[in-house]
Amino acid sequence: MALFESLSSRLSRVADAMRGKSRVTEKDIKDMMREIRLALLEADVNYQVVKDLADEIGEKARGAEVMESLTPGQQVVKIVHEALVSILGTEEKLAVSPSGFTVIMLYGLQGTGKTTTAAKLALHLKDRGKKPILVSVDVHRPAAQEQLKILAGQVGVEYYIEPQEKNAARLALAGRERARYMMCDTMIVDTAGRMTVDQDLMDELRAINKAVLPDERLLIVDAMIGQEAVEIARSFDAEIGLDGFIMTKLDGDARGGAALSIRRMTGKPIKMIGTGEKVGDLEIFHPDRLASRILGMGDVLTLIEKASEALDEKQAQKTLERLKKNTFTMQDMLEQLEQIQGMGSMKEMLSMVPGLGSKLGNVDVDEKGLLKTRAIIQSMTVRERENPKLLNASRRRRIAAGSGAEVSDVNRVVRQYDDMVKMMKQFGMFGQGGKRRRPRMPFGNMGF
Amino acid sequence: MSLFDRFKNGLTKTRDFMTASFNRMAAGFGVFDDDMLDELEMTLIQADCGIAASTEAVEAIREHIRRTGDASREGVLRVLHESLASMLHEKKLEVEKDQLTIYLMVGVNGTGKTTTSAKLAQRAKKEGRRVMMAAADTFRAAAVEQLKVWGERTQTAVIAHETGSDPAAVVFDAIGAAKARHTELLLVDTAGRLHTKKNLMEELAKIRRVIDREAPDAHVETLLVIDATTGQNAIIQARAFHEATRVTGIALTKLDGSAKGGVAVAMARETGLPLCLAGLGEGADDLSDFDRDLFLQALLPEA
Repeated sequence: MALFESLSSRLSRVADAMRGKSRVTEKDIKDMMREIRLALLEADVNYQVVKDLADEIGEKARGAEVMESLTPGQQVVKIVHEALVSILGTEEKLAVSPSGFTVIMLYGLQGTGKTTTAAKLALHLKDRGKKPILVSVDVHRPAAQEQLKILAGQVGVEYYIEPQEKNAARLALAGRERARYMMCDTMIVDTAGRMTVDQDLMDELRAINKAVLPDERLLIVDAMIGQEAVEIARSFDAEIGLDGFIMTKLDGDARGGAALSIRRMTGKPIKMIGTGEKVGDLEIFHPDRLASRILGMGDVLTLIEKASEALDEKQAQKTLERLKKNTFTMQDMLEQLEQIQGMGSMKEMLSMVPGLGSKLGNVDVDEKGLLKTRAIIQSMTVRERENPKLLNASRRRRIAAGSGAEVSDVNRVVRQYDDMVKMMKQFGMFGQGGKRRRPRMPFGNMGF
Repeated sequence: MSLFDRFKNGLTKTRDFMTASFNRMAAGFGVFDDDMLDELEMTLIQADCGIAASTEAVEAIREHIRRTGDASREGVLRVLHESLASMLHEKKLEVEKDQLTIYLMVGVNGTGKTTTSAKLAQRAKKEGRRVMMAAADTFRAAAVEQLKVWGERTQTAVIAHETGSDPAAVVFDAIGAAKARHTELLLVDTAGRLHTKKNLMEELAKIRRVIDREAPDAHVETLLVIDATTGQNAIIQARAFHEATRVTGIALTKLDGSAKGGVAVAMARETGLPLCLAGLGEGADDLSDFDRDLFLQALLPEA
């Protein structure tokens, strides 16, 4: 059994076995439910949630649609995905106090990223016209307050620290005084993390909670957390009160199943997600994307975003122009290649394509193929690049020698170029209306 | 408190949970049937043991029952213990006298690398070793300060550059200083990084190369620090860090109450890497050698 297979590839195996059968049996459904359970458990979704979900989905899957569908696997994936999206709920805004002074308290276990998230949150609010202040009441971790101070400087907001004070609640009160004095409208309280949910931690948090009466008490949850997530969230909710949570470290490859578990078992909403180490890396949460991620189904939307980040708008316009005029040259192909490489590793990108992610496990994407194509084009003269028709056998031999490739490789690149031109000619017709249109990247033809 | 009691303390919740489900399962006739074994598999998964390890352990139990007809609680527990034990490997870390040993501490963000480094420094000092720490986390704000505070508390020299400088350069200087001062243990505390960040993993590989080049005779251990509350992603982490830095051992931190702990089994089974250390509390003395049998005894119900 392959580890960390996506739900769709798991289910397609079951579906393959079903193919040719005249009807779907109860056993087929059972097999499918097992695969769903395994996929969710591998994503660290809480066991109880997995069980409930599998039951619910099983009911739906027994419905006529799936049974009669030609692609029952895909139908079931769709049902599961929809179920996940509906559990994850919609994005919810951060609370704003009607009094004009909002207090946000962050808490959670050690090492989940509270301090970093506090700074990100401050920047997020500042960018939306608020005047936040960061207050560290972490009286335990060495240099924690120092870290908050540095981060406050980086995001350019007020801060309050008092490393000598050993009472967290008093610190929080003093922080509020400072916040009022500095005319801030939002106070973000960064509390100390503990290794475990223990009484000391809860007593301290309760005291802070009582002292500053936060409008928003947010649990910071690491995307990598295992089966324990629900119990942690529940105990914080029971002891202090919980208004929502922020999931951090989603820039890694953890599936983040805990988000689903906590949402389902506590009913508390996901407020934001942390997606990087930089202070700007705090994002609004999209239920459909997270659902795809939990199912290991890749993330097309992120791929598209990444692509548009890497693509140079001007370059794209230029390509479009050339394409319209039928003057797309080898040079343009080279530039496109370079842009594609600018988006990051091919394997990483392909892993975002649904259904491909798990299959890439053992496949090594031929990144060298791209490099080779590049080297071949770079070994051409400017005239050759502008007019590939010049490329006769002797020139091709020279180019092969110059780029350390075989003549057959050069032939391949020329063929790819021809294919692209042909494709783009058809494509060019669409652009004639004068509407701005981003030329698509022909990924499939780039030499891998 | 004995070491066993401390492991037991750390795994209280998981153990209670396992015991409860074992008792529930065996309540009927005191023997295990097929459904109970399915339930046992799910219990192991809920302890973060992972699907593969859980399935393997339960298969071993089925095989045992098939062969011997013994489906008693004791028999099942014994086979379970044996099966999990075969997946876990332990390794003891030693710092030799009059010879340079280097511990390169690596891991994702927030697993407790700095704290573990400090605890290791404390431990080696107690054993009478000359210890030094290198603040190779030059990325996170105040990470250098944090290590310096620990340096003061444990009275250990800390080699540090400014935040934002090249961590490999810090390591280069630290090795030079360690040689000059006849240090016996050099602890290199690196910045936390997600294993998916290619450039950051390359930075780590570079640090590793600097160590190999500058201290070719040193005994080097690359210790991957894993938070015991981590779920199945720990396996992927271990693989990625191993690829970049040739991990030689795992330090399992925060094994005290909130963790399920089973991830140790999942990770060891999938990567074959040995477990070296267990963080059993927040105090500087709460770092212990990982002991496989104590760990399993603490994890599983009593026979």
